[in-house]
Amino acid sequence: MPEDPATSSGGCEVIELSFVVNGEPVTLSSDVRVSLAEILRRDLRLTGTHLGCEHGSCGACTVIVDGLAVRSCLMLAAQAQGADVETVEGLARGDELDDLQAAFREHHALQCGFCTSGFLMSLTARLREGPVVSEFQAREALSGNICRCTGYVGLVDAVLSLAADSGKEPLK
Amino acid sequence: MSQVETTATRHVGTSMRRREDHRLLIGAGKFLDDLDFGACYEAAVLRSPYPSARIRSIAVERARQAPGVVAVFTAADLGPILQDLPPKVTHPSLNRQPRYPIAVDAVRYVGEPVAVAVASNRWLAEDALELIEVDYDLRPGVGSTASALAEGAPLVHEASDTNVAVHIVQQSGDPDAALRTAPHVLRDTFVITRGGGHSMEGRAVAARYDRAASQLTVWDATQTPHYVRHMLAALYGMTEDEIRLIAPADIGGGFGPKAQFYGEEALIPWIAMHLGATVKWIEDRWESFISSTMERSQTHRMEIGFDDDGRILVLKDVFEHDQGAYCVGLQVPTITMSTLPGPYKIPNIHSELIACYTNMVPTSSLRGAGRPQAVAATERMVDRIAEHLGLEPSEVRRRNLIQADEFPYAVGLRFRDGSPLTYDSGDYPALLDGALERIDVPAFRTEQAIARREGRFLGLGIGMFVEGSGLGPFEGARVRLTNAGRILVTLAASPQGQGYETVYAQLAADAIGVDIEHVEVRHGDTSTIPFGQGTFASRVTATAGPAVHEACLRLRAELLAAGAVALGVDPDDVTLGGSSVSVAWAPERTVTLQDLAAVSNMGRHGMSVDPRMPVAIEATAYFKPLRAVYTSGIYAAVVDVDVETGMVEVVRSVLGHDCGVVLNPMIVDGQMYGAFAHGIGNALYEEAAYDEDGQPLATSYLDYPLPTAMEVPRPELFHVVSPSPLNSLGVKGAGEGGLIPVPAAIANAVEDALRPFGGRVNRLPLTPARVLAAIQGTTRQ
Repeated sequence: MPEDPATSSGGCEVIELSFVVNGEPVTLSSDVRVSLAEILRRDLRLTGTHLGCEHGSCGACTVIVDGLAVRSCLMLAAQAQGADVETVEGLARGDELDDLQAAFREHHALQCGFCTSGFLMSLTARLREGPVVSEFQAREALSGNICRCTGYVGLVDAVLSLAADSGKEPLK
Repeated sequence: MSQVETTATRHVGTSMRRREDHRLLIGAGKFLDDLDFGACYEAAVLRSPYPSARIRSIAVERARQAPGVVAVFTAADLGPILQDLPPKVTHPSLNRQPRYPIAVDAVRYVGEPVAVAVASNRWLAEDALELIEVDYDLRPGVGSTASALAEGAPLVHEASDTNVAVHIVQQSGDPDAALRTAPHVLRDTFVITRGGGHSMEGRAVAARYDRAASQLTVWDATQTPHYVRHMLAALYGMTEDEIRLIAPADIGGGFGPKAQFYGEEALIPWIAMHLGATVKWIEDRWESFISSTMERSQTHRMEIGFDDDGRILVLKDVFEHDQGAYCVGLQVPTITMSTLPGPYKIPNIHSELIACYTNMVPTSSLRGAGRPQAVAATERMVDRIAEHLGLEPSEVRRRNLIQADEFPYAVGLRFRDGSPLTYDSGDYPALLDGALERIDVPAFRTEQAIARREGRFLGLGIGMFVEGSGLGPFEGARVRLTNAGRILVTLAASPQGQGYETVYAQLAADAIGVDIEHVEVRHGDTSTIPFGQGTFASRVTATAGPAVHEACLRLRAELLAAGAVALGVDPDDVTLGGSSVSVAWAPERTVTLQDLAAVSNMGRHGMSVDPRMPVAIEATAYFKPLRAVYTSGIYAAVVDVDVETGMVEVVRSVLGHDCGVVLNPMIVDGQMYGAFAHGIGNALYEEAAYDEDGQPLATSYLDYPLPTAMEVPRPELFHVVSPSPLNSLGVKGAGEGGLIPVPAAIANAVEDALRPFGGRVNRLPLTPARVLAAIQGTTRQ
């Protein structure tokens, strides 16, 4: 039988990491060269964070670190030492979607859903800075992430719906 | 029995919110690389850095000794599966050259697989690739169709004496005679460059072999699970039942490249069997740029003959199509051939394809699949007719459109599915009217004239198209009463964001007449439905749709029959609703679907059942379309061109579409918006540039700008509904129409804006440099 795939580090230097993910402290050992995205996905099995380009362009891997939206593909896990990390898995309260997630569903802001987590985290960080009230502001807030499915229409509408209570009866 | 008669609550036609969304929004999607395979090796692929080279030798020993590495494979280790992978669509005159899963003795494009390293994780596998030494004997490469066809061009395949892959001519009428006698003839050349699919999730494959069960399980982020299983069974000499191909519940976009069969899909399962371990390979973005099939690169030389009123008498187009290094399939250029005539009555047509091998990534279907190119040639010439005669472009279109009472309309060519190019239904004048109701052309001309005096250059452009969709040969659905009394709809085709779990539940609930909460839709697993084709060519609604409908009607009949037996009444005396069958005249007498399942599906061991009672309540239906159905549409754009910078701003967009009956308007509109964004990319931004030898110049999103929310305007949508007579639902495909006319219309609009300069924009995308060159009266490649 081949060796256990999970064990070999290939001689890479290993460090001990401690940080907080979605409010829970975690401690683990990691190859120094590994990205934060890799640790979240592989070691912590928080697979909602996706890797779309691994060169910091598409934004699918966006998470919030100490309050700032960052590309977890470009950030080494070692840089998250002691940090407070928020991922898409931390948004909903149990089974109940948060307002932004609910707005995404209501406005068909996702199709394949691969980029969705990144959009949610970028927007979550942006909305904490203040409301998005115009279409231009919404597009600006969305412009750091790429979606190939929706043409951004539903995303813009979802963001704007949070600014003002539309008063519309939601469709089923 | 129609759906209207069978159900009280109608779901079809409503914008039901998607069932898929919740799991995706909470980060619980099931994309391939999100699945927990347990202990699993990861593969990395060494790829050719050269467009063309012979391989003298490959040294892999150092890589095999590298930390964490369990195996390294080259062609030398893969004898049994070094087989020529057949093209998906071929032609009797194809100059077929072998395509192997991995390079054998030569490489023909940058990105071609040369070796595979398998290690504890991807990082270590990539480390190992750096230790592989390949001795390449470099050859000159071919980086365009023009160089492929040039005198003395290097040969992409040395075994052939030409770079021409296929040369096909289709004609109707007598085009040469018509060109000689036409009062006016215009000619020009239009170039469309390469672009990619860029699904946000790349390709991905994982596999494991269970020796005890003789079962190979393959997870593949594919659009076509049964096609991949079929290819693997042929390659490995296995039966279809020995391979279970699972397209995961969530696939991060498809757009065509994931409907092809690649070397990596052949290699990874074989390696997993060989190692007796689970192995996965996840394409990264760099690999996607240099190994996922692309599309679009064509050069069209078009001649159009017309009379003094602008009526088109003849269309002649000779186009070069860039097939890439290998022929993965001929679907794209053959679709182009028959998309040229569009919505117009053209009595004489000459459509000629010259497909060339080049030293670039093989090309294949990509959202639009050969149609945007055809439209970007014909629709440009329609505008040139208007310019030549001093007519409004919309008026030239009006004079040439096929009328709503002329269907079925036989164009006189053949479509890519082998059937005559006969449009089933449509109302092209209604599409034109719909656009012109929203953009007032006389008012625009006034605004344009005023703007020009102020030094602002506005332009109006229109593009119209007819799109063969809903292609055969068949698609299937299986509908079952589960033991829990629910309705399970199993689709052969797998989605990549199109919302099948929602749309087919709507369809099934209506057809069976049950509450939609009792309906569940699954897809993408060959072990649950034995045959199928997959998601491509905007085909699923028009093929799986009628299949689901048919299977559900049969299931409904079984449920009513079972209910009647259980209730002791005649089948005509029962009704179906909610999740139970009731006596029509005594609604308190009722039996639940779960109770029926207990009798019909499970039964009691050894006990006889009432002979009238249906057992094993399940229905499978396959729908075989007679021929394609024809979606149509229009896009009208107003642009503002900055003549100082060459930047094009799209200030107004109207997108009209006719896909027949709409099942879920929200989802169909979503398809429009998404395709439209891709069209904006093709019109203005996206270019997979190569140098003259075939070295790729755009391999990241820094070089290949995908449109963001800042670049994609919101189009105004409208729908015309011309139900197809070729299927029971009246539906047509909706996945590509939002893209197809966009590059043509924007180019027409830019040329309209630049008319004071007489500038021509014949090469897409319309980058600022090309627009400036047009203003300055030069051309820029």
